Amino acid sequence: MSLTRRAVVTAAAAALLLAGCGSGDEAPPAAGGSAPAAQEKVVIDWWHIQNIEPMLPVWDAMAKEYMAAHPNVTININPLENEAFKAKMTTVAQSGEGPDIYQTWGGGVLQQQADGGIAKDITADIADWSGTFNPAALAAYQLGGKTYGVPYDIGMVGFWYNKDLFKKAGIEQPPATWTEFLDAVNKLKAANITPIALGGKAKWPGHYYWTYLAMRIAGLPALQEAATAKSFENPDFVAAGQKLKELADLKPFQNGFLGAPYDTPDGQAAAMGGGKAAMELMGQWAPTVQKDTAGDLGEALGFFPFPSVEGGKGAATEALGGGGGFAVGVDAPKEATDFLKFILSAENSRKEIATGSLLPVVKGTEDAVTDPRGKMVVDVLAKATGFQLYLDQAYPPAVGAQVNDSVAELIAGTKSPEDTVKAITETAQSE
Amino acid sequence: MKMTKGPESAVRASPVPRRLIPPQRPRSAAEKRRKLRTRVTITLFLLPGLILFSLLVLAPILLAMYSSVFKWNGFGLLPKNFVGLDNFTRLLENEIFLGDLQRGLILIVLSLVVQLPLALAIALLLNQKMRLRALYRLLFFAPYVLSEVIAAVLFSMLLSPERGFANEVLGFLGLGSSSFLSEPDTVMFSLFIVLTWKYFGFYMILYLAGRQSIPKELTEAAQIDGATPWHVFRYVTLPLLGPTIRITAFLAVIGTVQLFDLVYVLTGGGPVHASETLGVTMYDFGFNRFQVGYASAISVVMFVLSLVFALGYQRFVLRRDLEGATTTMGGGRR
Repeated sequence: MSLTRRAVVTAAAAALLLAGCGSGDEAPPAAGGSAPAAQEKVVIDWWHIQNIEPMLPVWDAMAKEYMAAHPNVTININPLENEAFKAKMTTVAQSGEGPDIYQTWGGGVLQQQADGGIAKDITADIADWSGTFNPAALAAYQLGGKTYGVPYDIGMVGFWYNKDLFKKAGIEQPPATWTEFLDAVNKLKAANITPIALGGKAKWPGHYYWTYLAMRIAGLPALQEAATAKSFENPDFVAAGQKLKELADLKPFQNGFLGAPYDTPDGQAAAMGGGKAAMELMGQWAPTVQKDTAGDLGEALGFFPFPSVEGGKGAATEALGGGGGFAVGVDAPKEATDFLKFILSAENSRKEIATGSLLPVVKGTEDAVTDPRGKMVVDVLAKATGFQLYLDQAYPPAVGAQVNDSVAELIAGTKSPEDTVKAITETAQSE
Repeated sequence: MKMTKGPESAVRASPVPRRLIPPQRPRSAAEKRRKLRTRVTITLFLLPGLILFSLLVLAPILLAMYSSVFKWNGFGLLPKNFVGLDNFTRLLENEIFLGDLQRGLILIVLSLVVQLPLALAIALLLNQKMRLRALYRLLFFAPYVLSEVIAAVLFSMLLSPERGFANEVLGFLGLGSSSFLSEPDTVMFSLFIVLTWKYFGFYMILYLAGRQSIPKELTEAAQIDGATPWHVFRYVTLPLLGPTIRITAFLAVIGTVQLFDLVYVLTGGGPVHASETLGVTMYDFGFNRFQVGYASAISVVMFVLSLVFALGYQRFVLRRDLEGATTTMGGGRR
């Protein structure tokens, strides 16, 4: 008998231990204990993906500053690497318990989180300061008339090009139309220069080409309508695929691009930074990654918007892009949005922009951009007449992934422009 | 004092001594009580293992089966949108999934006809007396010890089209360059080379152990009877290695069905799905596309494939090897 009794005691102890582990997210005892008794102690779990310099210390300092001003608030910062964040978020989403403030890119994923009861409708909470944002930056987090997040960064995709290599190939000016663009590719090839760097393994860099062509040919409203109607069967989208096929048929990409990643030493950014390819279609972060993986092109690096397509419905001033934002968990304390207001004040935004890794989302902070590459993007963005969020963010995840997948197959030549449109439509209908 | 009795009676009640006891012996109440106590003891010892097994193995399997008949994006605690077998019928129309099956079959055949014979040949070679034998054995076994992810990162660098070591060597030898992992036509071949490099050492060690357990007298006797080395291999070594070969074939098949990490890191299943496996497709649908129900359907297919194969193989191929074993749950006993 004593054996079983001991077993019972052990089991009970183990249960207590497990229970102890489970309550880890409750408020720890106050360190200072000086908070007024009237104010309830709150803990804010904050997951962000600025896990490296220069942003990591900036936000650490802001959190400390906020906690000093609000002694009843404890902010647990959890900086995660991009992919690690996504994996972790997927796991906690299944348990129905998300963090209080977390990274979001808006669009389809945020919509799912809102529908799934993870993200909170903060329309009313931020009503008194939502006007400080640039409306294009905030739009990605406004779904069906409700706001589920706030932006901290915005940028756009365009062609980063190597001025020296363009000069060598005898190209006077960055191409403004698709015909000029194909002409430039041919000139570069004739000069024995790899025209374009592309990371085919990563898939998403390729989808920019199709999306931009679809924006230029079919126009922005068509992309929105296609998602709502769950049908991409539109001759304009097929035409976009045909234009992309025209480009792929010129074999403009670096050797072995189908297996090339984006940000490793044998990837797209490195081919560009190492001066081996003349251009890449990439977002505002491109110069940073080039420098990280290969080298800094310095003055030789230029930026031009995606060319217009003759006879298309879209304008060359419409931009494809996205940024970063923060969503708020359903059970988050009200201090969470207050903290967001604090880190996104004009004054703190300027500090963030000054690091050179974020671009302005708050009105009137544009002049804080000092980095010349950032300025190039901000200048184009300021003149933008329309804005499209990356399709793999704007659409539900499965549709976005299918766009990436199908465009990769189109570029590889295994699928036709018609197949691309058909496969995306099928996935949209399966959602 | 009762305490010490428990384990003791457990030993006494174990199957081996029981055979010595005549079955017709009448059972006393005391014996019944002792038997009950033995059962309780066994249960107590089994309990921690059983709980872990249920939580970590059985529960996920059942959960995956449950969510495979729902359309579910993974949010919220449990799925609600019941769709019956819709996920499975969709799978049968998915050319990537069908391609996974085809590629899996190719890898299985290649493993059985290339990888295992190679491992066997090297094992027999390293069974000979030679200098630095231990070093060779260590070297050949080393890749197996390496983590899959590290091996994949290593080979993605070696086989990189622009600056990879393999292409540098080919270029130096004047053989041009190969696309290895970056073209759909060559990727499966390259993948198989990496897989072979990674796993043949494991099979080699098994064969080596099997070969060493063959008594020397048998080969000597055959040699005295005038058998050539080929005859010795064909009629002595090979039949006696039978159990080992059968179990390695089993491991190779099951391992291929579940292949994931190495492929995911090395190629991501690409270019354009040319090296995708069931595991990679499942991951893509579950974690990139948030179609958890559909991904669960793929995992159920993987589970059923492995289970059917494992049971069938045990029933028809491993039967004689398992005879007399204590862990067959009655299957090996007469």
